[in-house]
Amino acid sequence: MKITVNNTEYSVSEELAELKLSTYLRENLGLTGTKIGCDIGVCGSCTVLVNNKPGRSCLLKLKDVVNKEVLTIEGLASSSGTLHPIQQAFIDAGAIQCGFCTPGMVLTAYAFLLENKQPSREEAREAIKGNICRCTGYQQIIDAILLAAQRMWNNEDKRFD
Amino acid sequence: MFTDAFRNDAAAKVTGKAKYTDDYKLPDMLYAVPVHSKVASAIIKTINYSKALNQKGVVAVYTAKDIPGNIKFGQIIKDCPTLVNRRIRSAGDVIALIVAETREIALSALPFVEVELEEIPGVYNPEEAMQGTSPLVNPDFGSNICNYHKVRTGNMEQGEKEAELIIEQEFNTSRVEHCYLEPETALCYLRPDGVMEVLGSMQHPFSTRRFVASTLGCKLSAVEVKNIPMGGGFGGKDDTAALVCARAALCAYLTRKPVKLIYSREMSMRESYKRHPYKLQYRMGLKKNGKIVFIKARIVADGGAYCSVTPWVTWRSTVQSCGCYEVPNVQSDVYGVYTNNIFSGAFRGFGSPQVNFAIEQLIEMAAEKLNMDATEFRKMNMVHQGSKTITEQKLDNHTVSLQQVMDSVLQEIDYENKVQQCSFGNPDVEEWYGIGYAIAYRGVSLGAEGTDMNSAIINIQPDGSVLLETGVHENGQGAQSAMILIAAKELGIPKELIRYRLPSTSNIPDGGSTVASRGTIMGGGAVVNAAKIIKQRLCEGVEKALGINGCSYKNGNIYSAQGEKVADFFAAVRWCYDHQIYPFAFGVFKAPQISWDEETGHGNAYFSWVYSCQAAELKVNCKTGKITLLNLVAAHDIGKAINPALLTGQIYGGMAMGAGYALYENFPLVKGEPQITNYNGYRVMRSTDLPEMTAILIENADPNSPSNAKGIGEPALEITAPAISTALYRATGKRFTDLPIAPQVREYVKGKKQ
Ligand code: FES
Ligand code: FES
Repeated sequence: MKITVNNTEYSVSEELAELKLSTYLRENLGLTGTKIGCDIGVCGSCTVLVNNKPGRSCLLKLKDVVNKEVLTIEGLASSSGTLHPIQQAFIDAGAIQCGFCTPGMVLTAYAFLLENKQPSREEAREAIKGNICRCTGYQQIIDAILLAAQRMWNNEDKRFD
Repeated sequence: MFTDAFRNDAAAKVTGKAKYTDDYKLPDMLYAVPVHSKVASAIIKTINYSKALNQKGVVAVYTAKDIPGNIKFGQIIKDCPTLVNRRIRSAGDVIALIVAETREIALSALPFVEVELEEIPGVYNPEEAMQGTSPLVNPDFGSNICNYHKVRTGNMEQGEKEAELIIEQEFNTSRVEHCYLEPETALCYLRPDGVMEVLGSMQHPFSTRRFVASTLGCKLSAVEVKNIPMGGGFGGKDDTAALVCARAALCAYLTRKPVKLIYSREMSMRESYKRHPYKLQYRMGLKKNGKIVFIKARIVADGGAYCSVTPWVTWRSTVQSCGCYEVPNVQSDVYGVYTNNIFSGAFRGFGSPQVNFAIEQLIEMAAEKLNMDATEFRKMNMVHQGSKTITEQKLDNHTVSLQQVMDSVLQEIDYENKVQQCSFGNPDVEEWYGIGYAIAYRGVSLGAEGTDMNSAIINIQPDGSVLLETGVHENGQGAQSAMILIAAKELGIPKELIRYRLPSTSNIPDGGSTVASRGTIMGGGAVVNAAKIIKQRLCEGVEKALGINGCSYKNGNIYSAQGEKVADFFAAVRWCYDHQIYPFAFGVFKAPQISWDEETGHGNAYFSWVYSCQAAELKVNCKTGKITLLNLVAAHDIGKAINPALLTGQIYGGMAMGAGYALYENFPLVKGEPQITNYNGYRVMRSTDLPEMTAILIENADPNSPSNAKGIGEPALEITAPAISTALYRATGKRFTDLPIAPQVREYVKGKKQ
């Protein structure tokens, strides 16, 4: 089986077909940016992107992502280390507290912005409803998403009022 | 909206590089899992784990008899077992630890530990537990009343006589789970130098160190607890997190290998302490003109099976039992009670959310009964500059800004207009609208809850870069960033020059727990004081180098006695090193003296106070009872805003948590057994449950705090519930006096339809 994670292709033995994607990422690949909050698919902290769509890596098995592209938080910044605009926006808007929800939240927001280039606050709010954050009350996360949209897609300022 | 927030650890967190406990791996590391009790009250007859030991890959199974040090520990009463040896007191008790080569193996061996139990009668209702006839939860202690605090002010008989109107009401609040997103985890290993090194998801490294040292029977200096990123605490990562560390340390000590103990969400929810459920009974006497003449309160807190910090939590409830009002005659009796429920402990708010939920509604009810505007009623009774609190503390050493916070919120939300539009259960509309608000004061820091001091180290390197550390813990709130900003301002240097060094328990003195919203005020105070010393050192360096006297430091430069600039920061640092002066300082901030008399309940309970107001707007669907929050507005007088973006984030997060407390959050137990095991059964506020929020920062510099700042973590949460409950009253026409409210609103609407 072939799986692509953050642009690198890995061959995985068939025996691992039933292995949880989250376990594979964290234990086998050492990609510990993917966090486990509930392990039952409810909190969203383990969110990764599979072909640019958010997926819960605690529910996905390796067989579910064969021949697909998995993006984890480690793969979002450029290889030179420059932060992706959505990452920078999370920092700049004050959207990070304990940071445990942040990887899943950033990836969910990123997938959302790929689809919606001029989001309203309500749409952004709706987009992250699957991700629990116990610290921030989400307000500054929504700020971050709109700030990122502006920086990524050069929207006009009025959406930020 | 902020677009340039400062947070020193944000880049690591946003790239996934930040390492939390479970992200560390060590060579030869073993994995441990806890064996939890399946019942809440029992005697252990036998523990047979030979089958578990026979599983391939299982390395060891440990029980209480393997503990070299003390089996029990606790912050106040040493009643909490690292592993239970005989008597099970709650469903969260841990009986044994399985250590294995992998976590999977350890987990799969769980069913093979056979525990023979004899169930014994438990007590699950605090009122029953207080009766002399109930079984004793902690027989060594001799009573189920864990603690009792009181206030006696004025003369109740006189108050009863003077009262022209009496209202009585009982309130009940729910047991609430912290739901920090990262469950408890610990990684321990015995270093070659004989020191047990502890990494863990915990918010009080020094308390953890005490738990670990007590369990291992070693000196405090033989345990080093390191600060690493933590996925949320909210007061919840003290005792339980420390016990998890103590257990991992025990396994590491006995196996001589690194051991990681990871809690699943299920284990975390089962074992970790919760917010105290309270029963609050109030009787309030009033004059027809609106003056409160007395308040009589009886408050019972369910402390659960272990003491934890129940005496401190209930002490705050005692001091704040009458809200932020002047009351001439007071009789408050507050009890912390042992039961066989999952224990209760510290939780953001620490005994204030419960009393505020009650008192702020009582105030509204009183105003209504008096036919008075609730705002007028509050203004007539609330504390102002120079007032005395119910514990006879004179509020004259800082700005009493209740009026200001209240005006800011009411104006921002357009209260006067909107309050006219409330539905009060109007049968002719499809949707009910309501608005409500609440006010409070909160004593800053610990008060008489404990020794209150903190320290900071500023260590300037020869190239002018600065290492800063404090006894404050980074819980995710941004403590490090606040400390950096305070140091940068004091020294007049760019914040980029300062690197915060996450401290360990071995290189900074015990500064107490980073709880009670005390991080900024206490740690910040220590940073200011360390900066004062550093400035003197830098001046000395310059004086020595130039052979002059009387230099002074201002904004990163050193000036001669004549006021002429003689050196910049970097030159001063260089000259210090050249002339055998270390630009190094250890600064201490000791909280100003407080006082407390247990007999009367009088004293200067806290050295300063934070003033707060929050308002909520909502609508209720009259058919389904569904509640939609429309708006939340807060104003808090935080003294000085050190880092406005992060401060604002604390307020948003606090309001979200407070709204969840008001509407949905509840962790029910049946005979001490949790009915919820994971997030699927527990409703944490999601983005779509919340409205847009507004945070107003009021800054009246506090002279009692060297940085002028006070705290925000807890004020942000402690009055959201009463604001929402009053808004719900104005929407539905019914007053809900128990938490959480949303299920009751649904029932109420259903009942109306029939
Ligand atoms: S850890 Fe996967 S959804 Fe919670
Ligand atoms: S920042 Fe802590 S859970 Fe979101």
